[in-house]
Amino acid sequence: MIINHPTLGPRDSAEFTYLGDAALLRRPNPKSETALDDFYSYQYLRDNPAGEHRELWYHEQGDRSWLVVTRNTVTHDITKVEFARDVKQAMIEKAIIKRAKS
Amino acid sequence: MSYSAFRIFKEAITGHKGWKPVWRKPEPQLNYDIIIVGGGGHGLATAHYLASKFDKKRIAVLEKGWIGGGNVGRNTTIIRSNYLLNDNEGFYEFSLKLWEGLEQDVNYNAMVSQRGVLNLYHSDPQRDAYVRRGNAMILNGADAKLLKADAVRSLYPFLNFDDARFPIMGGLLQPRGGTVRHDAVAWGYAHAADKRGVDIIENCEVTGFDIQNGCCVGVETSRGYIGASKIGVAVAGNSSRVMAMAGIRLPIESHVLQAFVSEGLKPLLDGVITYGAGHFYVSQSDKGGLVFGGDIDGYNTYAQRGNLPVVEDVCEGGMSLMPMIGKARILRMWGGNVDMSMDGSPIIDKTDIKGLYFNGGWCYGGFKATPASGYSFAHLLATDTPHDTAKAYRMDRFTRGLMIDEKGMGAQPNLH
Amino acid sequence: MILVDLNKPLNFVFDGKLYQGFEGDTLASALLRAGVKVVGRSFKYHRPRGIMGAAHEETNALVEIHNDGVCEPNRRATTIKLFEGLTAKSQNHLGSVNFDMLAINDILHPFLAAGFYYKTFMWPKAFWEKLYEPIIRRAAGLGSLSHKADPDTYDKGFLHCDILVIGGGPAGLLTALNLGRAGKRVILADEDFVMGGRLLSETYEINSASSVNWAAQTVAELKTLPNVRLMPRTSIYGVYDHGVYGGLETKTDKISERGPRQILWRVYAKHAVLAAGATERPIAFANNDRPGVMLASAIRTYKNRFGIDLQNTALLTNNDNGLMTNAEHIIDTRNNQYIVDVTGRKGVRTVKLNNGETLKAKHIAVSGGWNPNVHLTCHKRGRPIWNEALACFMPDTHTLPQDLSVIGAANGAFSTYGAFIEANAVSVKLGAKAAHLPIAEDAPINITPFWHVKGRKRAWVDFQNDVTAKDIILAHQEGFSSVEHVKRYTTLGMATDQGKTSNVVGLAVLAEATEQTIPQTGTTIFRPPYTPVPIGAFAGAHTGQHFHPTRLTPSHKYASETGAVFVETGNWKRAQWFARAGEKGWRDSVDREVLMTRSSVGICDVTTLGKIDVQGRDAGKFLNKVYVNTFSTLKVGKCRYGLMLREDGIAMDDGTTARLSDTHFVLTTTTAKAGPVFRHLEYVRQCLYPNMDVHLISTTDQWAQFSVAGPNARKLLQKVVDSEFDITNEAFPYMACTEMTVCNGTRARLFRLSFSGELAFEISVPARYGDALVRELMAQGEEFDAIMYGTEALGVMRIEKGHAAGNELNGTTTAAALGLGGFVSKKKDCIGKVLSTREALTGENTLRMVGVIPVNQGDALTNGAHFISQGDAETAPNDQGYMSSVAWSPTLKSYIGLGFLKNGKAREGEVIKAVDFVRSNHVDVKVVSAHFVDPKGERLRV
Repeated sequence: MIINHPTLGPRDSAEFTYLGDAALLRRPNPKSETALDDFYSYQYLRDNPAGEHRELWYHEQGDRSWLVVTRNTVTHDITKVEFARDVKQAMIEKAIIKRAKS
Repeated sequence: MSYSAFRIFKEAITGHKGWKPVWRKPEPQLNYDIIIVGGGGHGLATAHYLASKFDKKRIAVLEKGWIGGGNVGRNTTIIRSNYLLNDNEGFYEFSLKLWEGLEQDVNYNAMVSQRGVLNLYHSDPQRDAYVRRGNAMILNGADAKLLKADAVRSLYPFLNFDDARFPIMGGLLQPRGGTVRHDAVAWGYAHAADKRGVDIIENCEVTGFDIQNGCCVGVETSRGYIGASKIGVAVAGNSSRVMAMAGIRLPIESHVLQAFVSEGLKPLLDGVITYGAGHFYVSQSDKGGLVFGGDIDGYNTYAQRGNLPVVEDVCEGGMSLMPMIGKARILRMWGGNVDMSMDGSPIIDKTDIKGLYFNGGWCYGGFKATPASGYSFAHLLATDTPHDTAKAYRMDRFTRGLMIDEKGMGAQPNLH
Repeated sequence: MILVDLNKPLNFVFDGKLYQGFEGDTLASALLRAGVKVVGRSFKYHRPRGIMGAAHEETNALVEIHNDGVCEPNRRATTIKLFEGLTAKSQNHLGSVNFDMLAINDILHPFLAAGFYYKTFMWPKAFWEKLYEPIIRRAAGLGSLSHKADPDTYDKGFLHCDILVIGGGPAGLLTALNLGRAGKRVILADEDFVMGGRLLSETYEINSASSVNWAAQTVAELKTLPNVRLMPRTSIYGVYDHGVYGGLETKTDKISERGPRQILWRVYAKHAVLAAGATERPIAFANNDRPGVMLASAIRTYKNRFGIDLQNTALLTNNDNGLMTNAEHIIDTRNNQYIVDVTGRKGVRTVKLNNGETLKAKHIAVSGGWNPNVHLTCHKRGRPIWNEALACFMPDTHTLPQDLSVIGAANGAFSTYGAFIEANAVSVKLGAKAAHLPIAEDAPINITPFWHVKGRKRAWVDFQNDVTAKDIILAHQEGFSSVEHVKRYTTLGMATDQGKTSNVVGLAVLAEATEQTIPQTGTTIFRPPYTPVPIGAFAGAHTGQHFHPTRLTPSHKYASETGAVFVETGNWKRAQWFARAGEKGWRDSVDREVLMTRSSVGICDVTTLGKIDVQGRDAGKFLNKVYVNTFSTLKVGKCRYGLMLREDGIAMDDGTTARLSDTHFVLTTTTAKAGPVFRHLEYVRQCLYPNMDVHLISTTDQWAQFSVAGPNARKLLQKVVDSEFDITNEAFPYMACTEMTVCNGTRARLFRLSFSGELAFEISVPARYGDALVRELMAQGEEFDAIMYGTEALGVMRIEKGHAAGNELNGTTTAAALGLGGFVSKKKDCIGKVLSTREALTGENTLRMVGVIPVNQGDALTNGAHFISQGDAETAPNDQGYMSSVAWSPTLKSYIGLGFLKNGKAREGEVIKAVDFVRSNHVDVKVVSAHFVDPKGERLRV
């Protein structure tokens, strides 16, 4: 496979290390009353779709960036590659706005 | 139809006219007592044991394609019970004992061949881990022997003892481990289950579960609705997809495991060898092909095919261990979907939906489990209690902290 | 036009006999020219077999090549380029190829029908493994490996191009020419050693000259284009994701030639054009496997390309293309003529027809139509579709990957002109100009399918595996009606030719038996490789010592000079102990190293521990997240031990972290976890807390680090540390750290850390000064009898101190299990904290780390033993835990062990059994505190 790195261009997937479902970006609130349940779901349960999948890859033999790769698990077609920190940053900002509104 | 040498003789001289189908091709009935979803090794074994050991009637196995087309149809044929943790070892040893009487039980020659499984070690810590494992095996009634390098050398003189990056220091041998002709396992169980009246229905894909008031009472299929009191799902490789139809999320990811077979060669390798310093294990089939494999590709996929980095990694391991196989050529390579669970161990349990039972999460090691998986699942379906050897394979073990993590890799399926 | 050079004879040996062929020959053509008829034996029935094809589809003529005592089995004679001195042997026989004793199987064939082995050999039970299976194994297999290391070398390479053209026949050549002229980066790969494909095998004309000339001229022009790479003898064996193609180039079969025998190419192509041609298929009729029964196209190849005119030929065809073959007798199934039997065990003698006529013939040319070579279109799980008019499977244009085009015979365009039209069309699609269309033949194939002559006798479908039409029908009769079941039950298409000639015929026979059409019957999936690839080629140079890289520590040279024995630690080689003259075994050396360190001073290279620089305003906050304990409060100039959990609450790694400034920490990891921990920290930083101001860099390779341990450690260090730095206990107490200089101005870092339990320091200098520093330390340490110690002594001392290491941090243990529960800060969250509170990880009966000592002081402990309570039977339900580390303590003059025991902390003082079956060592042990030496830690604070 080839992953089109946002700044380094197309790189062989052998340069990367795979972690899994990008839902891992959403670490639950440890102070919540349901923290134990939340962390169980976060750590152990997976949607595991046959189709589009957002997943974390680490450019271990490269620039050490974590990427969110949108890849189809049936065809292996990759449609999007983003820096995980950008994705997470956007999630944080969204949460802040939501909190401000409510 | 029974099989025997006499029968073969009779058919040979009368032109093979009397052979009947190994299993019937019945039309599905409107309802059954028990439906098994998935006509792979585990599903067929479950049906066989339900009918033969638990005296259950009105059983159907529903298979979306042709039976034995999943893991049991494409694996590296190894059977063994050499696990580290008691929760696994007891179960796999039960399985190995069932393998030892399988052919007589199902009246089909699956060529169970106990030629020995040898796991090599290359360092002191690895040796100590194998000692701990060997002791766990013996505590669970299995067999294990620790071999030093010279004993390994006398068994397999052609291994790389002279120019190895990670020299062989010895190995843990399970003499009762070995290989089985994988397709014949599916056919044998199908044959035996069919003889006891189990309906094996091919080309019958389950497209939905009929759940009423928290109770599963039937399935929608490509061949119409079929009702049942109990429904057992044994579709490893596709567990998440199937269980999602019942609204259940699982601690499972789908990955691909590649395997390889070489062109036929005259006998050179008697037993099964696992390399301790790389991802490579190998045996030689009765037909002469080297059957080998290594690690999973490591990314979520349903594509049933892998990529080159793993192919090269496996062959590098193979050549490092057995430099004589350089000129053996790979004839076929294939990839199979595997259910990678969050601790590398399987699940055989009821679900939160009454009447719906689940069997999956076999990772890359489901083949050797086939008999015990079938037996335990049958036990659960028949009695609503887990079989003694499968008690630990519960769904809620992750919430309670009872992971069965052989490799100590944690909740990362691609590392198990 | 003949493409062998009769002026260049080549000598070769087949089955011990010397023959002569010519430059341009294959082994098959040379054998045919020499009149050799039987070249091999079939798999099951050991029937004599000759040459059937002329290329990679060959299923019968498999031979072993012998070179310097090393044997390469199962080579197709049709694809071996003849060379001087080639030595080949026939294979798969007991006795000679002409008198094979296993041919008894042929007589017994009624008992050996498809799947017979599933129905018998079950009684008595023990006989399968002792009697039946060994016989089967000896009879099975094809060629042999020589059990010697493969002496050849293999290389790997990477190629990038705009367009990969697969196949150098008319379609591929014209496509490459068009694209090459347009300036595209083109790779043209072909399996043959001469490009041209079928143009070399027929007597076609292109633009009124021989088609061979057209091929040669085109190749010549392609060679002048710098943007085109021609790769003859290169098989594209597989299609992978995102435009990655696997290729195998054979450089030579001669062992004496320098350089790699084969090169495994990974080709990255923006687009690929599959022009792989088509393969002719046989027709199944009684005894159609006799030597002399060949594919019609092969007979033409041998005549037109190699100049071998096979006389006395009868042609059996169901299409017009077959009619191009020179034959004395033409049997055309379209006129209701067919063959019902063939005699001549070792070479065709007579041919019996359905009209009762018997012909004398030595060869039978068979043309059952052509199968487009669609294999590569299926590697990404595309399925071909059946074309009724052409009676063949064609690529399904709807499911083809966007970056793959198929043209020419591979796409069902069987005429040369048709191939040219498709080549031009694909060239235009890919942005090139179409060439002026050459004038070429455009004959239709006119096929009326005819697959199988029904009859009582065996008609072969898969020749190599001895699968006959009757076997397929029997499989169906037994319920194996899915094409996958038939394949598995009969072994159809599973021979070394991967069913290139047998799959479609088998499918057709099955369709007849099931009274279905071929599309209803289906097709099996084609998997890589297209042609078999040697394991050696996939491994390349990463074998033997080069299997993994080797990492050497800064003191490696010094250690090798001073008697070190090295041990593999991941890719590192570390000194395990330093043997001295007079020491009888490793224990002598290790005991000395421990005692000398504990009594004076010892030095150990600890560079392999992972070192991570953590910098930024939020560095402390960041470390609070990854460690169970608090780091933000750590004072500058101090170190602290830290334990890191995975998010599932299990211990991941431990180490010490030093704070060099407000915004600068240096974190250490264990040797094994240096990579994973760094990855994990980057994950936490980028994926969870991207707003933290923190940056990470691995400095493991940049700093050489040595532990200097023992009562004289300070005295020794004071001799190398520059005088302005005060390292007295008052100025530089336990757990202090500082940046400093040593040896007159060399930059260094000093940490007062102790793994051994002694007064100890770790000193690091830039890696390039590591060798100099260790030599200086040892020179200055002479007055203290300073010694180097290795990983064994390191291990002994840490077990004596009860420190957990890799054996204890084994991925299943919690902080509490390690006795480190108290470290977990209650005031803050950290990775893994929530899930570490799950019931089964905190309950009373969970495993806890303990120390054990043998009750009888002389008893040896062994690692990996399991714990059983006194009086309990030694069975799994009574398993109480396991031993994780064991050492002989020269300090305590006893074996000591660490292990995990259920409810272990509460059981100190209890005597239990440590049972080790595999090493036959059962010992009664007493449960004790894990801290064997100096439990209060007084020695390390002096």
